[in-house]
Amino acid sequence: MVIQKEMIAEHYERLERAPETGEPVVYTFVPGNLTELIRSFGCLPVLPEINALQSGMRGKSRDYIAEAEKHGHSEDVCTYVKCDIGMVLAGNIGPTGTKLPKPDLLLLSYTGCYTFMKWFELLREQYDCPCVFLHVPYQGDGIIEPEHREYMVKQIKELVIPALEKISGRKYDEDALRERLELSVQAEDDLVWVLESAKNTPSPIDAYFGAVYYVGPIFSAFRGTPEGVAYYKALRREVQQRLDAGLGPVAPAGPLNDQKYRLVVEGPPNWTHFREFWQMFADEGAVVVASTYSKVGGTYDFGFRHNPADPLGTMGDYCAGCYTNHNLTNRIDMLCQYLRDYKADGFLINSVKSCNSFSAGQLMILREVEKRTGLPGGFIESDLVDPRYFSAANIKNRLESYLQMVEARRAGGSREARAS
Amino acid sequence: MSRTAIRSEVVEWASGIYEDLEFTAVRQWLEGHPGRKACGYLPVYAPREVIHAAGMLPVGIHGSGNIEIIRGDAFYQSYICHLPRSIVEFAQSGRLDMLSAVLFPSTCDVIRNLSGMWQILFPDMYVRYLDLPQVADPALGAEFWRRELEVVRRELGRVAGVEVTDARLRESIALYNEVRAIIRQLYALRSEKPWQVPTEELYLLMRAGELVGPEAFLEKAREYLTAAQSDDQRVRDRTRVIITGSFCEQPPLGLIKTIERAGCYIVDDDFLAGNRFLTGDVALEGDPTTALAEALVRGAVKTSVLYEPDPAGKRNLMKNRVAAARADGVIFAAASFCDPALLDRPMLRDGAEKAGIPCIAFKFAENSGQFQQFREQAGTFSDSIKLWGDA
Ligand code: SF4
Ligand code: SF4
Repeated sequence: MVIQKEMIAEHYERLERAPETGEPVVYTFVPGNLTELIRSFGCLPVLPEINALQSGMRGKSRDYIAEAEKHGHSEDVCTYVKCDIGMVLAGNIGPTGTKLPKPDLLLLSYTGCYTFMKWFELLREQYDCPCVFLHVPYQGDGIIEPEHREYMVKQIKELVIPALEKISGRKYDEDALRERLELSVQAEDDLVWVLESAKNTPSPIDAYFGAVYYVGPIFSAFRGTPEGVAYYKALRREVQQRLDAGLGPVAPAGPLNDQKYRLVVEGPPNWTHFREFWQMFADEGAVVVASTYSKVGGTYDFGFRHNPADPLGTMGDYCAGCYTNHNLTNRIDMLCQYLRDYKADGFLINSVKSCNSFSAGQLMILREVEKRTGLPGGFIESDLVDPRYFSAANIKNRLESYLQMVEARRAGGSREARAS
Repeated sequence: MSRTAIRSEVVEWASGIYEDLEFTAVRQWLEGHPGRKACGYLPVYAPREVIHAAGMLPVGIHGSGNIEIIRGDAFYQSYICHLPRSIVEFAQSGRLDMLSAVLFPSTCDVIRNLSGMWQILFPDMYVRYLDLPQVADPALGAEFWRRELEVVRRELGRVAGVEVTDARLRESIALYNEVRAIIRQLYALRSEKPWQVPTEELYLLMRAGELVGPEAFLEKAREYLTAAQSDDQRVRDRTRVIITGSFCEQPPLGLIKTIERAGCYIVDDDFLAGNRFLTGDVALEGDPTTALAEALVRGAVKTSVLYEPDPAGKRNLMKNRVAAARADGVIFAAASFCDPALLDRPMLRDGAEKAGIPCIAFKFAENSGQFQQFREQAGTFSDSIKLWGDA
């Protein structure tokens, strides 16, 4: 955690100095980010979703959202966008208190979310800079079609690379990119090991609340960097130690060693009350052993690794494979597999108001997963960074009744087992 | 028959189709065409030419505010727009059982995810998610979209049991060029003489066109156009407005009537935008799939559902539309929770206001039942433009 904090602080400081150092700045999104490519041109990535969630965690999002709504943004749309626009309108001071530089390029990697398109169209109104669009086709039939892959590679070659060459003044260097991709693979291996450590009982990690920290570096600016590799090595060591000692994760109010419930969670967390939200689970002895949110920036645990031998093709595969770019059937299959592989007692959906990409269809996911696995599902509603939509009492109630249901199923299950 | 009577007859016919929640027109078409099938499509844009060339009836599925939602709400949280609820209601109540295939264009994530729900709910129906080309480079976009169209062409041919030859596809393109042409004429006439073409009537005709097939639509549209051209109506002192933001979930008819009765002539709109998505004719020469792909990539209407490569595009859009329609103001009317319309709105409105164009904005749902508030807003808007417009 300390290492990560330092990495982030350093990155933001470097961003603040970018106008003097001349390092070009590229804004892009978490799902389908081309960090290795961006970095291979000596550019610095800025991820607006990360800024928004950090603003949420630091209590700043309410004012930013209010500012955006004052400027005509609807209360109905994604609050990440409004939080970001509000931050820009308020002077673009990033979550760590440093000034964020203007982008030299908006790299609109259109992966798994319609809102991304509007977000950068909106940002383009604020900045006088080019915007390059990378269209990542959705896995409507649950597969990456070969022609779709080809289409992405062509776009990277013909549109994205020339745009990066232009702002950086550097030529595309495939060897430099390959080297970065090799670093990515090392970090990806370690991340998967960490996520899969939750198959143990007790789980040494929380694969939702804890995992959002673990995926931070790899989903943002640090994939394909030596710092990223070092971070995941250290994280793996730390988790190994907890595993060896039979310890659980450290929740906000202390360690969660006594784990009564093993849950799978679908959907993003709430950031404005993140610690309170996590503690509600911990208070009940509930640990999350797998989550889909920790796959929005890549579904590594299903086997994907960047392939340095095919640098552009692998970036296409990466983009198309991010969680929200999968159709509903795949999402349901993933949840069922998590429930099975991680020996979970049930699953919970945190449905956020902001996000149609995640939320539209979740009630059906709930029913389908319950039907296929026979395990109980629960449904909670909140939002990402708009504190107006976090009702602690309501969520606590729902969580408690859900866990009672899990308990009742268990009792029923053991009665059945005794009877048979 | 007098011109007024011809018009009324066409409008009554269209209204009957619009009001009918059982899709009787589609069922009748299927009965009248034994062995043929029907393919649905969701808003906004789907290539109807390909459906038609496979010998299938293209069926626009636009939801409805008139159907009682019994099952649909169990599929959607309260913060998702109304359209998918009524569509799921239609589907779950068996009213769409006559469809053999459904196409889901990449309008937004709600429709995208509905494609996945459909795959699970109706495993025997052919379902295809249509990723419209979102790329600034027209050559790349056309190549991608051409291949998508080829897939749909092949697959719908398989479902229909028909080989979709180039000749068939070209014929369908020619027919839809006629459809587009007559719609352009109707819109042009309304813009020129809105008192001759009340939007309520035009809208009903367009709605019927989504369900009856291009041949039947053309016949009725021609009758209507001929009658409307010379059926002189009283010119009223009304404000000329553009409605924008209603390209997917449709406003209730009562809302359209309310706006006109509150003192506005609607001189341009984006209701049912799919039927005007391609702004020009599709070429009849060369490879027809390429022609369709090129027509979309190079000649699509400016809309919230496609990426805008021009940095000034959003800012200028309303100014250009207002100039083209000689409108006095813009009404931003979006469905509640509609991401594409509501995320676009600040950019469009800002551009319009900077150009000195009066604007108002409201949200509706397809099942909105109270129009008082809209009447007041539209009435005040119209009055203020009349009072201060030339100041
Ligand atoms: S809609 Fe969802 S995926 Fe898209 S930007 Fe908002 S939170 Fe992210
Ligand atoms: S009304 Fe808007 S949000 Fe709803 S399905 Fe249509 S485009 Fe999507």
